[in-house]
Amino acid sequence: MALILEVNNVSKSFGGVIANHDISLQVPAGKIIGLIGPNGSGKTTMFNSIVGFHPMDSGSVRFQGEEISSLLVPQIARLGLLRTFQQTRIYGQMTCVQNMLISLPHRNTGIAHMFRKFQPESLEKVDHLLEFVGLFSKRKLMAGDLSFGQQKLLEFAMALMNDPKLLLLDEPTAGINPTLINGLIDRLKRANAEFGITLLVIEHNMRVIMNLAEHIYCLAHGELLAEGDPAAIQNDQRVIDAYLGAH
Amino acid sequence: MNKSTKTAMLYGGILLIGLFLPQLLPAFQTQIAIMWMMVVFALTWDILGGRMGYNSFGNIVFFGVGMYAAASVQHELYFDIGQFEVISDQFNLQLTPDKYVFGLALGSVVGAVVTVALAWILGIGVLRLRGHYFAICTLGLSVAVGEIAGTIGYIGAGSGMAAPVFPLAMGASGQFFSYYFFILMVVTFFSLKWLYSTRFGLAINAIRDDEDKAEAMGLHTTRYKIMAWCVSAFFLSFAGAGFGHLNGFIDPLDVAFPGATFGVWMILMAILGGKGTLWGPVVGAVVFHITQEFFWTTLLGWQRVALGLMIVVVVVFFPMGIMGWAREKWPERFGHAVEGKS
Repeated sequence: MALILEVNNVSKSFGGVIANHDISLQVPAGKIIGLIGPNGSGKTTMFNSIVGFHPMDSGSVRFQGEEISSLLVPQIARLGLLRTFQQTRIYGQMTCVQNMLISLPHRNTGIAHMFRKFQPESLEKVDHLLEFVGLFSKRKLMAGDLSFGQQKLLEFAMALMNDPKLLLLDEPTAGINPTLINGLIDRLKRANAEFGITLLVIEHNMRVIMNLAEHIYCLAHGELLAEGDPAAIQNDQRVIDAYLGAH
Repeated sequence: MNKSTKTAMLYGGILLIGLFLPQLLPAFQTQIAIMWMMVVFALTWDILGGRMGYNSFGNIVFFGVGMYAAASVQHELYFDIGQFEVISDQFNLQLTPDKYVFGLALGSVVGAVVTVALAWILGIGVLRLRGHYFAICTLGLSVAVGEIAGTIGYIGAGSGMAAPVFPLAMGASGQFFSYYFFILMVVTFFSLKWLYSTRFGLAINAIRDDEDKAEAMGLHTTRYKIMAWCVSAFFLSFAGAGFGHLNGFIDPLDVAFPGATFGVWMILMAILGGKGTLWGPVVGAVVFHITQEFFWTTLLGWQRVALGLMIVVVVVFFPMGIMGWAREKWPERFGHAVEGKS
């Protein structure tokens, strides 16, 4: 299967703290891949390196066969590699619909395009996706007035609006009401199946990630500890030790 | 009465005021002209300050550059600059009305081109800064530009520059410029109204709310920011061209780059009216200008104290401004639903 994302030997340290050491990941197109690890194991740093949020010390990141490690965040986003944030980020003083509209892809680079009105089919797409995440009845509210869980759903819908090829989700279920989590897992799977979006998901909730991912990478202390399918990871003694603090 | 009738009546009312107020109050024609100019100030400041979240103290730069550029075009067209420099005291800049208006029109356009180019170049550097750093940098810019203008011999250096004398009777300049600025205000208002309804409007709102998120979503943030500054500079340049001619004399610090008066007022007016709203800057500028003139007439000697007090009261009790307060009180009228009513 073709790899959509290939991370080779990436290292990143902040001062004396080694956040990522020589990590390699492969994400095949069309799959859902999990990234787990105890707090501070370097998962979010990995995401930041992939999307160009900070320069990495060494290593390479290839997206669809193209080297992207020297590109800027918006350039990478326009290629179709998008991330969501652990601390949910939406545009608080705009309505949900406006949040969605401005998340349309920005691949067209013409000056005239900056001053275009929004097309009716874009508005339909907004309604459709807000319906998809269950926020249609809230569409005219200010995004900043939504609850944290609803903001997470909005951020997810905004990401879908952008037509990404690969979506990096940083703890999509954190802070979401447990009864809504099943619905969210279902939506993530549908986004993967129906819209053909490859997902790379950071998650702490083991039930969620074991349900969702087909292949899991586990980080600990900035190093790749283990990888394998969910069953193998669940029974890996090193992973259990890392989570229980034996390291 | 439906909404479009109300809107038509509102616009019609403003048009009538713009046309006939200068006739009804001939003694206040210049003040009316300046009032419309204040509206342009507040509207153009609000593009960055209200809509994009970039608090600029340097927009006055574009006002002054437009002013100097327009006056310079008049001089280049009709006078020998070398002669002007030598005998500036006795120099009589008398023109026929045709020449004057043509020179002003051409000067305004040239000024706009020069100013937009300047905004573009400055923007590439300055708009990389965010938050307080951007504010401080633009403050420095506005101070520096005034000082630099005071050293350039071509534009009269520190001793200033005279715009051509208004060709008709003394009093007529107020009337002429009250229409100049009214048209400028109307064009600015509708241009911005249209701009805010396009992708551009939402993009700069997104930059205000979370610039990092906007970048992560692939927005061309730098391009939108520079474009916003250029739009602001474009309209300010026309305001500058008009004010230089209205005032007749251009001093680098007091008329062209008055950072401490116009430069600060444009911010106050936008905040007073409600930044980030379409009508806020308009309402804020009119209220501010009338109040200011009222204080000047009735509380001479204390006018700045009264003005300062008013600003403090507004910032403390109506931090959202007049229209911002109204929007909170009647959100449905501004198109925002409230919880439960959707």
